[in-house]
Amino acid sequence: MKMVQSEKLIFEYEKRDEEGNVIGMNRAIDGVDIDISEGDFVAILGHNGSGKSTLAKHMNAILVPSGGTMWVDGRDTKDPLELWNVRQSAGMVFQNPDNQIIGTVVEEDVGFGPENLGVPTDEIWKRVEDSLKSVGMLEYRSNSPNKLSGGQKQRVAIAGVLAMEPKCIVLDEPTAMLDPNGRKEVIRTVQELRRRKKVTVILITHYMEEVIDADHVYVMDNGHIVMHGNPREIFSRVEELKRYRLDVPQVTMLAEELRQNGLQLPSGILKTEELVEALCQLNWNT
Amino acid sequence: MSIKLEHLNYIYSPGTAFEKQALKDISLEISQGEFVGIIGHTGSGKSTLIQHFNGLIKATAGALYYNGENIYEEGYNMRELRSQVGLVFQYPEHQLFEADVLSDVCFGPKNQGLSQEECERRAKEALDLVGFPEKYYQQSPFELSGGQKRRAAIAGVLAMRPGVLVLDEPTAGLDPKGRDEILNQVEHLHKSTNMTVILVSHSMEDIARHVDRIIVMNRGEKMFDGRPKEVFAHYRELEEVGLAAPQVTYIMHALKARGLDVRTDATTVEEAAKEIIRSFHD
Repeated sequence: MKMVQSEKLIFEYEKRDEEGNVIGMNRAIDGVDIDISEGDFVAILGHNGSGKSTLAKHMNAILVPSGGTMWVDGRDTKDPLELWNVRQSAGMVFQNPDNQIIGTVVEEDVGFGPENLGVPTDEIWKRVEDSLKSVGMLEYRSNSPNKLSGGQKQRVAIAGVLAMEPKCIVLDEPTAMLDPNGRKEVIRTVQELRRRKKVTVILITHYMEEVIDADHVYVMDNGHIVMHGNPREIFSRVEELKRYRLDVPQVTMLAEELRQNGLQLPSGILKTEELVEALCQLNWNT
Repeated sequence: MSIKLEHLNYIYSPGTAFEKQALKDISLEISQGEFVGIIGHTGSGKSTLIQHFNGLIKATAGALYYNGENIYEEGYNMRELRSQVGLVFQYPEHQLFEADVLSDVCFGPKNQGLSQEECERRAKEALDLVGFPEKYYQQSPFELSGGQKRRAAIAGVLAMRPGVLVLDEPTAGLDPKGRDEILNQVEHLHKSTNMTVILVSHSMEDIARHVDRIIVMNRGEKMFDGRPKEVFAHYRELEEVGLAAPQVTYIMHALKARGLDVRTDATTVEEAAKEIIRSFHD
């Protein structure tokens, strides 16, 4: 079952001068084909301005294509009659937790989404409880959101999306403003959701370490998809990634450095344990 | 130039229900030419601390000396202090406002009362220091890429020729290349001008690569203060307060635990690689 699919997707916007006259068109997305199946964990990488956020905004019809087609859960996002269905299928979490939390109490904030969908009150409370439980924030249900840490706020924002029971969650740099612990909390929560609730996860990030468990990685540059593969394939192509202003996880970098110095290590090492294991093997054999 | 804090305390909203002690008994000294990193979890007091450095926040108790002078003494020239200690806030590009980059960077020196000619000279010097390309000087700051906007914003502070540059998460939201570029530029700036640089960051890898000294904040208190190797040796304690060591430090500890004869104090990829290769060749 396809969750998010696009074909020759194009997005253009008008470029204006200071008087507001149109002086040309900018093409932020240029012929993108993606194919994300239900239950997948997909990461999208790309430098600032590569088009990845614009692409993400097509996944819940904040933007609609100028050309080509985007389907979310089989629905064409261009069709105005499908707008609400599309938004209910794909929920979005943004970078700054403070811009997404509107309630004065955590549980109120989480209930805002389903209330807007016209869900009956009893059902809202049930969903609020379930969603807060899934992100590990149930004990904070009566707290004020502004007393929470960044990571906790982001988990509340994720709970707010979950309460709308989407099939797919799109996270646009959810960890960019968080400290190391906050980052870990959010990524762990996302992985849990995927495992337990089978939610499709699309993660946009600048932190390479966060994508090593993804099923697929797409790399964007200049509005195009320029690389596609599993994390191991993608992170073995160090030079190419650097050309696109990206990087590899520190452990991959270290393995690469060691390989260039003559140590016989496999390529595409992504995790600390893998490198440690490989080095110990090497040590015993010499 | 030196900044010296003596038993500094800061309490938010004292006497109200929201009273909160944000800084507890902080004593430290930062000398001319140091490159210092400040790390700590969200809410640990980092931002409150750096806002004391240029007098934006006044301590509830304790003293702060800039070049040996107590800034809380009556008649102290706060205005001068603020141009001496340049503070670059998080997402500084949100504070860009002029019609073109050059005018924006001129704003600081203009406020210092300098002539138009001198302002432009300093603005160009500052833009050059952050590696901002000359061809964009006349462009609207809003049309620049994320990395360029941030450079322009940092130049705006540098144009006042501060003795100390304080950067609060200068790389948040930038792509990996953008992060490296900004930090390499700051390091270059530090080396070429001997300016004191204070860097607040959530990236342990970045901190480990660039600074000479790390101050760790936790719940308003100074928890550690030392060279990166010394501080990251406490990685277990750092984890308990929401921080971590760079990934390579964990690798070295794991190798050691598996019986490899390696030192565990590497904090950068280069150091780790060197140490592992050494252990294999021995």
